Amino acid sequence: MLTRRVIPCLDVRGGRVTKGVKFKNNIDLGDPVEMAAKYSDEGADELVFYDITASAEHRPIDIGMVSSVAKAIRIPFAVGGGISSLEDMERVILAGAEKISVNSLAVKNPSLIAEGAKVFGRQCIVLGMDPVKSTNPACPSGYEITTRGFREWTGLDAVEWAKKAADLGAGEIVVNSVDADGTREGFEHIITGLIARSVGVPVVASGGAGKPRHFPEVFSATGCDAAIVAGMIHSGEYTISQIKKAMSEEGIPTREIW
Amino acid sequence: MIAIVDYKAGNLTSVKYAFEALGEETLVTGNPEEIAQASKVVFPGVGAAKSAMENLRNLDLLEIVKSAALEKPFLGICLGMQILFEATEEDGGVETLGIIPGRVRRFPDSKEHKVPSIGWNRVEPMGEYFYFVHSYWGEITPYTIGRSTHGDVEFTSCVKRGKMLACQFHPEKSGRAGLEFLKSWLEIC
Repeated sequence: MLTRRVIPCLDVRGGRVTKGVKFKNNIDLGDPVEMAAKYSDEGADELVFYDITASAEHRPIDIGMVSSVAKAIRIPFAVGGGISSLEDMERVILAGAEKISVNSLAVKNPSLIAEGAKVFGRQCIVLGMDPVKSTNPACPSGYEITTRGFREWTGLDAVEWAKKAADLGAGEIVVNSVDADGTREGFEHIITGLIARSVGVPVVASGGAGKPRHFPEVFSATGCDAAIVAGMIHSGEYTISQIKKAMSEEGIPTREIW
Repeated sequence: MIAIVDYKAGNLTSVKYAFEALGEETLVTGNPEEIAQASKVVFPGVGAAKSAMENLRNLDLLEIVKSAALEKPFLGICLGMQILFEATEEDGGVETLGIIPGRVRRFPDSKEHKVPSIGWNRVEPMGEYFYFVHSYWGEITPYTIGRSTHGDVEFTSCVKRGKMLACQFHPEKSGRAGLEFLKSWLEIC
């Protein structure tokens, strides 16, 4: 039986890990390679790196950083931010990343998902999405997809987009709730659960983790396969092993390494 | 020297880095002579079985991989393990190398046990967790030495025949347990 995964997320800006609230107010947290190695040792099941400035500045991903991470750690990791072509995907994969995460650019050009899945296999293609609560009648699920770090509302229904992306070939879907992001008050259960029940590929909850108990809560409430953690461990307030202990105590299958 | 067989079936970077982390010298190669000269052979692979078999044929690697699997210290990983079986259901049915008796089949689609099966699964009887990414699974065979389950399916996660070891999981992506696994392969061969 597969365990439920805990995935630290590292937002990288200018070669440093940063953390912002609702995509704003970034503060410096440390060196990406050192932090990756530390989390890998502590029992992270996987890592995700978002090169958050790449997209906004129209600058390609920092490939040197990707290969430094690949040399330093022995767990899978995904890289996202500004990936706009098969060539970008190939460079990231050859540098040693397991997965590529596409988000805004896949909304603009959905064939990016299909082409990537065809060339590299669907297990390599992760769709990241940033849904927000919405009253837009075009969004019957009540959640609308935003892009470019919450800057644009697209009129796309979150559940419909998730289904379409899975049909196109996305091997995994990260549901990053804009409403919960950075609040540390717990994951958004409604949209995460709706999507987890609508698609046949793994779903990753993201945004809002603040306490270890938020993890067993989101796994039980939504049936998601993995959950992202950031601020609560970057600050040193909690550790990955505390999260896994909380999961284990609630009967959620987890990779035990303590 | 460890030859890592390059037959255009997925990314070999992390396999190479994992052996480097253990202080081993590796050569990523698709040259049959270099593979013949290597003392140990690693046969990775990610992707579709049909195109992998076609690549092996077109690159003139079929025979050398087969003989290496039977004669040398050999390690098959993921698709590299599945190809050692007799045949796979993938792509409407593909005949493969037939070194391990048994077939490779697809997991049933399920909202509860998703496909591809991506993540950490336990391998029995070792009791260790390893990282898996797969939609197809090898049957239990007389050579099976490690088993795992996904939904109702129990499948071969590790198989050993003579000097040949093969695993469905990715030891190069399985943290400390993975490095220990690679180390023990190096030690037994």
